[in-house]
Amino acid sequence: MTTLTLPDFSQTIPIDKIGVEERVSRLNKRSIKKEAKLKGLKLALSMIDHTTLEGKDSPGKVIQLCQKARQPYAPIPDLPTVAAVCVYPNMVSVAKKALRGTDIKVASVATAFPSGMATLQTKLDDTRFAVDEGADEIDMVITRGQFLKGNYSYVFDEISAIKEACGEAHLKVILETGELETLENVRKASDIAMYAGADFIKTSTGKISPAATQPVTLVMLEAIRDFYHETGQMVGMKPAGGIRKAKEALQYLVLVKETLGASWLSPEWFRFGASSLTNDLLMQIVKQQTGVYQSINYFSND
Amino acid sequence: MSEQKEDTPIQESTNGSPKPTSPNADLKLDFASFWEYSSAPESSDHVEISDRYGHFINGKFTPPVKGRYMKSINPATEEVLTEFAEGTSEDVDAAVKAARKAYDKTWSKLSARERGKYIFRLARMIQERSRELAITESLDGGKPIRESRDVDVPLSAAYFFYYAGWADKLDYAFPGRKANPVGVCGQIIPWNFPLLMLSWKIAPALAAGNTVVLKPAESTPVTALKFAEICRDAGLPDGVINIVTGAGLTGAEIVNHPDVDKIAFTGSTEVGKIIQKSVAGSDKKLTLELGGKGPNIVFEDAPLDQTVEGIINAIYFNQGHVCCAGSRLLVQEGIADRLITKLKDRMETLIVGDPLDKNTDIGAINSRSQYDRINQYLEIGVNEGATMYQSSCNIPEKGFYCRPTIFTDVSQSNRIVQEEIFGPVLTVQTFRTPDEAIEKANNTPYGLAGGVWTDKGSKIFNAGQKVRSGVIWSNTYNKFDPTSPFGGYKESGIGREGGLHGLYLYVTLS
Repeated sequence: MTTLTLPDFSQTIPIDKIGVEERVSRLNKRSIKKEAKLKGLKLALSMIDHTTLEGKDSPGKVIQLCQKARQPYAPIPDLPTVAAVCVYPNMVSVAKKALRGTDIKVASVATAFPSGMATLQTKLDDTRFAVDEGADEIDMVITRGQFLKGNYSYVFDEISAIKEACGEAHLKVILETGELETLENVRKASDIAMYAGADFIKTSTGKISPAATQPVTLVMLEAIRDFYHETGQMVGMKPAGGIRKAKEALQYLVLVKETLGASWLSPEWFRFGASSLTNDLLMQIVKQQTGVYQSINYFSND
Repeated sequence: MSEQKEDTPIQESTNGSPKPTSPNADLKLDFASFWEYSSAPESSDHVEISDRYGHFINGKFTPPVKGRYMKSINPATEEVLTEFAEGTSEDVDAAVKAARKAYDKTWSKLSARERGKYIFRLARMIQERSRELAITESLDGGKPIRESRDVDVPLSAAYFFYYAGWADKLDYAFPGRKANPVGVCGQIIPWNFPLLMLSWKIAPALAAGNTVVLKPAESTPVTALKFAEICRDAGLPDGVINIVTGAGLTGAEIVNHPDVDKIAFTGSTEVGKIIQKSVAGSDKKLTLELGGKGPNIVFEDAPLDQTVEGIINAIYFNQGHVCCAGSRLLVQEGIADRLITKLKDRMETLIVGDPLDKNTDIGAINSRSQYDRINQYLEIGVNEGATMYQSSCNIPEKGFYCRPTIFTDVSQSNRIVQEEIFGPVLTVQTFRTPDEAIEKANNTPYGLAGGVWTDKGSKIFNAGQKVRSGVIWSNTYNKFDPTSPFGGYKESGIGREGGLHGLYLYVTLS
């Protein structure tokens, strides 16, 4: 493990909310047309963590989801596949089998997702189970209660421990920004997660509203940029929850492009946690290629 | 916490502690390659610009008496956009006579409510023709369509709406006093915000019951002439608004005309001084809105990423052709390196090019003469020993373009710090204490506007009180509102525009 000079997490980095919102609104004015639009839509498709996280998930549902991930839209066979399929730990082996022979990763939520209200031991067991089942990526949640209480070393140590339990699997750390509420908290939680070893930082579980928002994402991207300048290490970003439209996806990509640059514009460093985004992207791609809007009925739901 | 702190070797130290520089600060982010935005030009097909415009006098477009015309150039292509009349004393005299007649016979006889209705109508018609006006402004002046569409034109309409509301409330504007119009107002406006400056001047003048002779700048007359069409289409009584085009000599004719009761000028301090001398000894009222060299003060507790955005807005808005631009950056020493790294990163993402492309951040420099002047200052800066940094963006071969530029290693004594450049050029100085920042901020003949960036309210109030500027923005920059007065201290001007303060200068109280 590399040694880093840790910042003092009790110090708050000032963030001006109005300034962040103004920056987002200026970036949203970028006009993405023609080839740039088509390329952006395909790029967004390749970055999706196609997700099902419901209490009623069954192997049947997960297998169907994996089929959609392998081939998002049969009439255009040369489309990119999504980046990963994201499921609960007990569905990992099902997904793994259904995706055999593809490059699509299997991501598993863990650590008593979505609340994280469990003992560290339970969380470690949860994580190890998912990894043993074959998960390539682990999406953990931080303990928001400890964070809000100011117990930053607890949060830091917990992430470090989970990172160790992950072994080779990539670790995405979910901050659940909807419960952190302020942008200063988002920034602080991002820093803690990155210094504790996160490969990705992720906004939300999707179970709390608001989930991903562009101002929150921008603050996290800026944290990643500062971490890069500080340590030379790249960290990935995953907004999750609430991103349903292709237009929003392109706006997120503009945020990434103009904050972190081209190196982050790949599924290796940027993901969308979403379930209904896939079809809207497909509809827009077909529209770009044929010039005609298609009926939603032509697209499989899962 | 579980990780060990690494023993960092003591680098170049200040006061015994390591210099707070990020070890990988020199890592470059790649903003250029992969996923370039396709061009997204705003179509100008439906915008009709005549080949030749006369003056707008007494409700009609009128050819110049001497028959001389000047050319307006599109600075993005260097092609001629249109021809316009060169005003002589005969033209100015005709315009002033028309304004006087309209003042005596119609405008001052009209009820305040009727007057208000005309101004509201002008405001609405600016909104209705907003797209056309925005495109025209970008074609004529080189400013990006994003700004003319989102700032210039909507704000112009807002000023008309605001002052329209005052027209029938003048009796309540200055409690206990009766507000009377001044008479015929001569107004001379600059090329950086042609339509907006027209609105700042015409809207309060009309609301107070005055009539107007206005001269737009010789490099950007077209939106003023479009506004003349709006006055005509709105059925505004003949002679209430007269637009005379031309250069400095035409402006001098207006300033020196004996039947003009008030002069309002926005432009350079140099010309402002000439005007002040010209009207000395006459009973003409005078307002001047002149140059600036705005200090933008960043304290170490500022929200850095948002501050960078504010610095960009302060200096690169409208290619830096802004009298209140934050052209002097003053940064507290401890955060200077980090801030400059972030600023350079951000500069790399600025798109310089076709003003009509919706993705353009920085358009064309307004005219060849301004372009030459900016380049001269770049040379002066380098010769003064400052370090120049420019973004690496591509710029079109034709047209007047200047890359966004910052100068570091500058001193208060440098010309690039003291003189107004009026282009996308920022100087960066550091300071150690709040008092030093305020002293540097005030050490200039100007006092128009400035900014202060900090997380702490008391610092904002302290700087706001001590920096001698008409406007101090805190944690933001270049925000305008019709209700808020704007104007300068020292050589930045006399009088205020906007709000009740702006109205006050278009009335006499009895």
